[in-house]
Amino acid sequence: MSVDKDTVNKIARLSRIAISDAEADKMVGELNGILAWVEQLGEVDVTGVEPMTAVISNKLRLRDDVVTDGDVRDKVLANAPAKEGSFFGVPKVIE
Amino acid sequence: MSEYRIQGNTGEWEVVIGLEVHAQITSESKLFSGSSTGFGAEPNSHVSLVDAAMPGMLPVPNRECLRQAVRTGMAINAQINRWSRFDRKNYFYADLPQGYQISQLYHPIVGEGEIEVTLNEKDPDSPTKKIGIERIHVEQDAGKLMHDQHPTMSFVDLNRSGVALMEIVSRPDISSPQEAGAYLKKLRSILRYVGSCDGNMEQGSMRADVNVSVRKPGGELGTRTETKNVNSIRFMMQAIEYEAQRQVDLIEGGGAVVQETRLFDPNKMETRSMRSKEDAHDYRYFPDPDLLPVELDDAFLEECLASLPELPDAKRARYEALGLTAYNAAVLTAEAETAFWFEDLLAEGVDAKQASNWLMSELFGALNKLGKVLDESPVNPKQAAELLGLVANGTISGSIAKQVFEIMLETGQGASAIVEEKGLKQTNDTGAIEAEIAKIMAANEDKVTEYRSGKDKLFGFFVGQTMKAMQGKANPQIINDLLKKALG
Repeated sequence: MSVDKDTVNKIARLSRIAISDAEADKMVGELNGILAWVEQLGEVDVTGVEPMTAVISNKLRLRDDVVTDGDVRDKVLANAPAKEGSFFGVPKVIE
Repeated sequence: MSEYRIQGNTGEWEVVIGLEVHAQITSESKLFSGSSTGFGAEPNSHVSLVDAAMPGMLPVPNRECLRQAVRTGMAINAQINRWSRFDRKNYFYADLPQGYQISQLYHPIVGEGEIEVTLNEKDPDSPTKKIGIERIHVEQDAGKLMHDQHPTMSFVDLNRSGVALMEIVSRPDISSPQEAGAYLKKLRSILRYVGSCDGNMEQGSMRADVNVSVRKPGGELGTRTETKNVNSIRFMMQAIEYEAQRQVDLIEGGGAVVQETRLFDPNKMETRSMRSKEDAHDYRYFPDPDLLPVELDDAFLEECLASLPELPDAKRARYEALGLTAYNAAVLTAEAETAFWFEDLLAEGVDAKQASNWLMSELFGALNKLGKVLDESPVNPKQAAELLGLVANGTISGSIAKQVFEIMLETGQGASAIVEEKGLKQTNDTGAIEAEIAKIMAANEDKVTEYRSGKDKLFGFFVGQTMKAMQGKANPQIINDLLKKALG
């Protein structure tokens, strides 16, 4: 598996990361290096091996349905770049 | 079921419809955090650091939300997957602080099932059709955006962010707006019976994404469009009608349907394209590394099954066995609230037929006049049972019961107290009734002669006159018997 420059640009766009043309070129090499490295795993024969879902065998913990959190509006809004009253403010998004 | 066809210039077209219904799961707290799900709270007050996606916060699933999804699956005879998993659906939007929605793409908690619908649930002879359910998965809701409060900013309220939703995906088995309406109604009824969603479309607890395509009868499937977030059954039916006609016009005009997302505008009654960027749908799903797979054990599944209530179809059959007409049984079971009210009356000892007739004529009529729904009824089942008991044991007549009920609605007084206070008890005093009958016969000698010469219909006149003279308080059976004797 490998990526080309178009794919890199697309991933950057989907991730809302601005990259210059030069950066994209550099990124193609770096990402392909990483992919090739990971691809070594393909050499292992995993026939009949269940996919691993966690490093240590563990069960998903579930919560009871009780309200134990929330009511921390000021904390939630504390780091917002913009807020207005009780709301977060973001650049106008409307389709 | 009924054949729904669109008449085009090139012949008939049939419509293929599939629905994705988002139903908010009834729970106290959110899917992955302990914040409240309460509706209408102060903006951003029902938000924890998890819901706001602060760095380092980890999701912990709410057992109840999974339980409700499983119970819903069981109610539609669906396959329950003991092993399921959460995936991340990646996209950027201001109402989604994580930058991804936690959902289930590859391994949903509920697999294939089916729902049987009928076009007219009140008509027992109406044909039925099975609509396949492809899957039900559990996912997070997003926050709410407000665009009209500020000239350059949109406001974000995260109270809904992280609330649990079930997405219930149908197979494209639906072939008319009417069938789609019947399906949504039936689904809503099942969810309310199960208690997994309140089904309140006005408050957004239930909304539908509608997939529509058209084709020549029996031909290849056409390209479909998806109309998003339709929030009433009526709007959904209108959206389908409009969209199907638009596609036929487009194709017959030499164009082609584009696979796209559309919005329904209920004011203009039309759908329109949501201009979206070409790769907006590239969600790059992958398993959420913050969450282990969901593994359901026998005890959990057994509890889910044991806690399921009797569902509408089973209830309807049981009511018919109690002696109700198919029509009454259908009306009483269409909504869970009505069925529970009816059963409360039975539990208070009211006869099934008496209870069903009274509920459907008297109570529904009164609520209609008051502009109230059953939940807001000023009279509760216990009070109603008291009234119906007085009729059943002959204390008051049916017509007096109507008067008493009206007073109950106005004053909230109990039936027995009203009957006592106003002296409305039915009389079995044959002497008093005979005296009135004698007076009436004397005053209407001509009618007595006519009756005796064969005009049987006049019997009703005498019953009415006697009842009037007795101020409605005479036992109608006794009046009948005495009149027959006196008129010979």
